[in-house]
Amino acid sequence: MTLKEDLLKVNKPPRSIIASRFLRLKGEGRIALMPFIMAGDPDIEISREILLRLQDSGADMIELGIPYSDPLADGPVIQAAAARSLNSGTTTPRVLEMLKSLRGKLTVPIILFTYSNPLLNLGMERFCDEASEAGAVGLVVPDLPLEEAERLSPIAEARGIDLVLLVAPTTTPTRMERISERSRGFTYLVSVTGVTGVRSVLEERVETLVKDLKRSSDNPVAIGFGISGPKQIQQVRSWGADGAIVGSALVNHIALAENGSEVEQAGLFCEELRKAADL
Amino acid sequence: MSFYQSSGHDLADAARPTALGRFGRYGGQYVPETLMPALAELEQAASEAWNDPEFVENLNKLLSSYVGRATPLYEAERLSHHYRRSEGGPRIWLKREDLNHTGAHKINNALGQALLALRMGKKRVIAETGAGQHGVATATVCARFGLECVVYMGAEDMRRQALNVFRMRLLGATVKSVNAGTATLKDATSEAIRDWVTNVETTHYILGSVAGPHPYPMLVRDFHAVIGQETLDQCMKAFGRLPDVLIACVGGGSNAMGLFHPFVQKTSVRMIGVEAAGEGINTGRHAATITEGRVGVLHGAMSLLLQDTDGQIQEAHSISAGLDYPGVGPEHSYLKEIGRAEYVSVTDQEALDALRLVSELEGIIPALETAHAFAWLEKLCPTLPPQAELVINCSGRGDKDVNTVAEKLGVQL
Repeated sequence: MTLKEDLLKVNKPPRSIIASRFLRLKGEGRIALMPFIMAGDPDIEISREILLRLQDSGADMIELGIPYSDPLADGPVIQAAAARSLNSGTTTPRVLEMLKSLRGKLTVPIILFTYSNPLLNLGMERFCDEASEAGAVGLVVPDLPLEEAERLSPIAEARGIDLVLLVAPTTTPTRMERISERSRGFTYLVSVTGVTGVRSVLEERVETLVKDLKRSSDNPVAIGFGISGPKQIQQVRSWGADGAIVGSALVNHIALAENGSEVEQAGLFCEELRKAADL
Repeated sequence: MSFYQSSGHDLADAARPTALGRFGRYGGQYVPETLMPALAELEQAASEAWNDPEFVENLNKLLSSYVGRATPLYEAERLSHHYRRSEGGPRIWLKREDLNHTGAHKINNALGQALLALRMGKKRVIAETGAGQHGVATATVCARFGLECVVYMGAEDMRRQALNVFRMRLLGATVKSVNAGTATLKDATSEAIRDWVTNVETTHYILGSVAGPHPYPMLVRDFHAVIGQETLDQCMKAFGRLPDVLIACVGGGSNAMGLFHPFVQKTSVRMIGVEAAGEGINTGRHAATITEGRVGVLHGAMSLLLQDTDGQIQEAHSISAGLDYPGVGPEHSYLKEIGRAEYVSVTDQEALDALRLVSELEGIIPALETAHAFAWLEKLCPTLPPQAELVINCSGRGDKDVNTVAEKLGVQL
């Protein structure tokens, strides 16, 4: 390698805010802690406070769910959270408005999690415009596989938003390569054949999937669906994952918290996860 | 009898849907990644099966000896007379799908898909059901082939269709009650899809309508196309030409699509789908998806659907559990968009009136779903030329609905 090529490589700008965050964490030898909450559960004001508290409690990035009436990829915990959120009057514009109100205060990268219909209802361009204005830098759409994502991905990218694609344990090797090639920011590895939810044990084959993904592209790999606590974060870290997404377990903590203590409970659980992630 | 021929896909239909499962802009595959390999496997299996003479022969044999096909094309003389004007009136024919084993058209598809499940080596079958007819048909074929069967049904529908719940259990199926959301067909479908996401490696999902992700709208249509194919042949025999009008009720749209399919290219034939207007379109309590819906994504496909301004799926309302669905098959949205088929709606009350009329005039108690198709005759017949030949898909029998009807008429059973 010539000196020039080497310099170019070093100076190559990171593809995205999310990718550069992963790069930095990798340099520090840490796994990204990526909690998920449902916006508007139990209401939009509390979600606002929870986001700030998660940032203070060691979250590296936060996945923010937009509620949808028919969440096909979600188990009972997230389904119930979406229902609570919708009942409290949450809409997609309100979620984005709340996020926008946190600009300047919320500095961790925010990744929106939404189903196709609320997104298409606003229109791909408008959704991405407004999400970008609100400060979101990533987007996960669990019912938008590779084939359907082709149109959305460039629209999002043009607005500084990474469209993150998912890989499942059932995904074939050739397909996996294509997905990790097209996924932006990172590749989201679904750790179970199933819907979101708390699992006591992670499938062993996930370890192989992480290694396969690492071989097929240099995209970071974050694991989600089924990570329920500190022990599993350590496990996926030992498997070589770059990030751990904790959804149902955190949403459960918020749901079970006494009225008024949701923010506190979310923060405490996040701190616990942070400790485990850094052990 | 030979209903289908191997590799008998009409070449003119090759572009419907496209390779990506699109009917125009409608259709597609909006599902979790976990299901994508299974959808590809299913498409492949179906394509191979249709090209396998043994599969087709077996399907034809069972359609004849087990389902009881071909179903008659019956001339409804008294009903025709009822709508006759001084200058004449349409001749009304009923395609008697209600005479199929299990009492509705649903078994055409359930049987075909069960044979596919066997081909794919899947021993467990799941299904969603609204009125229970698809659930019963699926439970029936699973019993016939020794497959484990789990049917998801909304708690509200289980109450409305208690008889069908018991029938499914008698047939050895497990009926799982779904309490989420509106506790009707929409939620049962969501729960069935979640089950499939979880058990996809061992389970085949027998989806019961021309809805869902590709290849289901095509697959289900093709297994029901026998309805239209027979109708075509029977019309030729009965009156020597194509019919002028086809009418069918539309919830998800399977019986309508089965009847329409062989006629889509025959543009002289008017095709009319009748949706459920529930308590009236203006009340907001209806299930008239094509009439009132906007483009969106539900259960894996882009189609017209009932949704609020935020893109949340709205509750549908209909006296008939089988039409109580806020979505519709993507091919119907497409046929509407290109102007090839017309879609109209009738209220609960109009359907009830039609159910009574057909029962009294023809000695046939149609299902409440089917009664919606009959109800449109009131508005349609006066507009038709005197010599019109009209075929209604009599998609199911009404035995399952007698409790609901009695309740509405204020009769204590």
